[in-house]
Amino acid sequence: MSARVIADPRKNRRVGLLAAGGAVAMLGLGYASVPLYRLFCQVTGYGGTTQRADAVTASGIKVAAKVVTVRFDANVAKTLPWEFKPEQIKQDLKLGERKIATYRARNLTGRTITGTAMFNVSPEQAGKYFNKIQCFCFTEQKLLAGQDVRMPVIYYVDPAILDDPAAKNIEEITLSYTFTETAESAAAALEKPIALSMEKPLDPARVRR
Amino acid sequence: MATIPANEGFDAHDHAHDHDHDHKPGFFARWFMSTNHKDIGTLYLIFAIFAGVIGGAVSGIMRAELAQPGIQYLGYFADLLGTANPTFDQQLHLWNVLITAHGLIMVFFMVMPAIIGGFGNWFVPIMIGAPDMAFPRMNNVSFWLTFVGFCSLMMSAFMPGGTGQGAGTGWTVYAPLSTSGSVGPAVDFAIFSLHLSGAGSILGAVNFITTIFNMRAPGMTLHKMPLFVWSVLVTAFLLLLALPVLAAAITMLLTDRNFGTTFFDPAGGGDPVLYQHLFWFFGHPEVYIMILPGFGIISQIISTFSKKPVFGYLGMAYAMVAIGVVGFIVWAHHMYTTGLDVNTKMYFTAATMVIAVPTGIKIFSWIATMWGGSLEFKSPMVWAMGFIFLFTVGGVTGVVLANGGIDDNLHDTYYVVAHFHYVLSLGAVTSLFAGFFYWFPKMSGRMHSEFLSHLQFWVFFIGVNTLFFPMHFLGVQGMPRRYPDYAQAYSYWNEIASYGYVIMAASIVIFFVNMAYAFLAGKKAVGNYWGEGATTLEWTLSSPPPFHQFETLPVIDDAAHAH
Repeated sequence: MSARVIADPRKNRRVGLLAAGGAVAMLGLGYASVPLYRLFCQVTGYGGTTQRADAVTASGIKVAAKVVTVRFDANVAKTLPWEFKPEQIKQDLKLGERKIATYRARNLTGRTITGTAMFNVSPEQAGKYFNKIQCFCFTEQKLLAGQDVRMPVIYYVDPAILDDPAAKNIEEITLSYTFTETAESAAAALEKPIALSMEKPLDPARVRR
Repeated sequence: MATIPANEGFDAHDHAHDHDHDHKPGFFARWFMSTNHKDIGTLYLIFAIFAGVIGGAVSGIMRAELAQPGIQYLGYFADLLGTANPTFDQQLHLWNVLITAHGLIMVFFMVMPAIIGGFGNWFVPIMIGAPDMAFPRMNNVSFWLTFVGFCSLMMSAFMPGGTGQGAGTGWTVYAPLSTSGSVGPAVDFAIFSLHLSGAGSILGAVNFITTIFNMRAPGMTLHKMPLFVWSVLVTAFLLLLALPVLAAAITMLLTDRNFGTTFFDPAGGGDPVLYQHLFWFFGHPEVYIMILPGFGIISQIISTFSKKPVFGYLGMAYAMVAIGVVGFIVWAHHMYTTGLDVNTKMYFTAATMVIAVPTGIKIFSWIATMWGGSLEFKSPMVWAMGFIFLFTVGGVTGVVLANGGIDDNLHDTYYVVAHFHYVLSLGAVTSLFAGFFYWFPKMSGRMHSEFLSHLQFWVFFIGVNTLFFPMHFLGVQGMPRRYPDYAQAYSYWNEIASYGYVIMAASIVIFFVNMAYAFLAGKKAVGNYWGEGATTLEWTLSSPPPFHQFETLPVIDDAAHAH
């Protein structure tokens, strides 16, 4: 062969593998973005993610003169047979002042259901300044058959909001919750739905469906 | 662009060898097991034309439906596709399936295969003086992955997808519509189709990068490479870095749909907006993936028919690099209405508008190349000048949309549809036709009809402008995207747009007549049929080039007027 080989295959393999490595790294970055994004939301309040404060930090907050209104919103997922609503429509409070609001949840079924509440505030720019000291959304809530509970949330709005040009004019903040059933609770319900509500068991083959 | 001694042939002659260099394998082995970059390029082009006809027919159904307010034809087509007596919701679902199919086909199975797989495969190795791609067998795998990806998308149209048959998610496949909103295998098949074609494109990108870095002929330095090769190199890097992010995002969609993960489901701690971030981190570079090789083609053509080297060669090359780099940090301008705060919007507005600078460098350099040149208005040149005009119109509306404040008003209106069709349907597709007529005789060995190419250009130009320009008006008046019906007030310009579609479709018929003419009666093409302006290496070869070229490597003349 008189043909000259210009690229030796080993060199090609090296560049090719380097390039493929770059692609794999970007794939990894795609997955790494999931925890990074969550962290980003918690730190910056992006998407209306609220902040969590302990009582010690909260007691160090000075109360400012400005009053804001906090409205309360409650939702349940389509698949969760609970009744869930706030016990007050709105509260007026000074920036930095601590308030307690209560929600009421009732299990409408004859089985025990565990749910978790997702939350955010609107406008989203307020998320960074909306601090919860105590909230039913911090843990899973287990409601027995027909149980009716009152659930508190203790919160304040950080006066630092006045220093943020994008958020200082906010007069009204809506705190919203949506309850969904936990995956474990839903799975448990699928395992023995009949025993709770039926007197005689059905054909096991049909039950397992 | 380097100049090469004109009388030197680089065809692979079988001098005194005992085997035949130009031996072609049998039909099946040649076309189904091909490892030859020219044959694979041809396969890509045929595939892209085929997919383009399907994607174009889908948009024909859409324009027919939109010609008048109300629902006229969706029921008929839903019935045709296998949903007997479709309900109103099933008819509207078909609309969603059509817009999804049109977007995915045109992006992944028409523009990308044609411009990267087709022209890239054909001319990158030739232009750098290489005998073939670095990994010829991987090249074959890339093509067939794209092909089965297309089959997977076609199959999805006949599967249950929630409200009706097929994947009705839009090409963006946003959660939760694509997860809890679309029960049934259709969306899984559509996602799988993106996986396959994406894998094919990533392998192709690895191949191009290795080929361009390692296999240039002696003397062909990076700064002497033709601009088309530069454009494919930048595009390959964009593919390599953007597509894996899409792969990650749609894999998360797939596991959210089928395996109980909650990446994009707030009930489990996920966030659907994260999907949008991931999608557009891929999606914005993707639009440059579609247009950059077009920039490269236009540079070759403008230079050839001005009989001048491109004005500001280095500026042109690095403008493309700059567009590629900045393209990765502007993605959230597709998401201005997701609740970004004002500082974030300011950043993304500014970063987006910065892209107008390197793009402007390119537009003005093309014009400066023509300035004072010995212009010759052969068909590729006419298409290329049409490209410059149409792409600039789309670029100007892009700068308007880049503004976070204005976008709040125009987001998801027909103004956006008009914008991206001017840069893609009119920009990228015009550059494809320009490249096609520039290189068709080189690839086939037959001359096309210059008359029919010119005629097609003018019919196409009038058609697409009639089709897409009124959409600016509709958008400013507030007509939203993605609906098959609209208020009576929008009917005037919609009717005109649908006439534009018919004119555009007629131009495609002229294209096929031209192809039939070329293959049946076209004159045989000589090696360099464009004459003295055509200086890149493909013009030193016969038309079509030998099955294997450059077994004796060309040596690039170091003469000072290299570019």
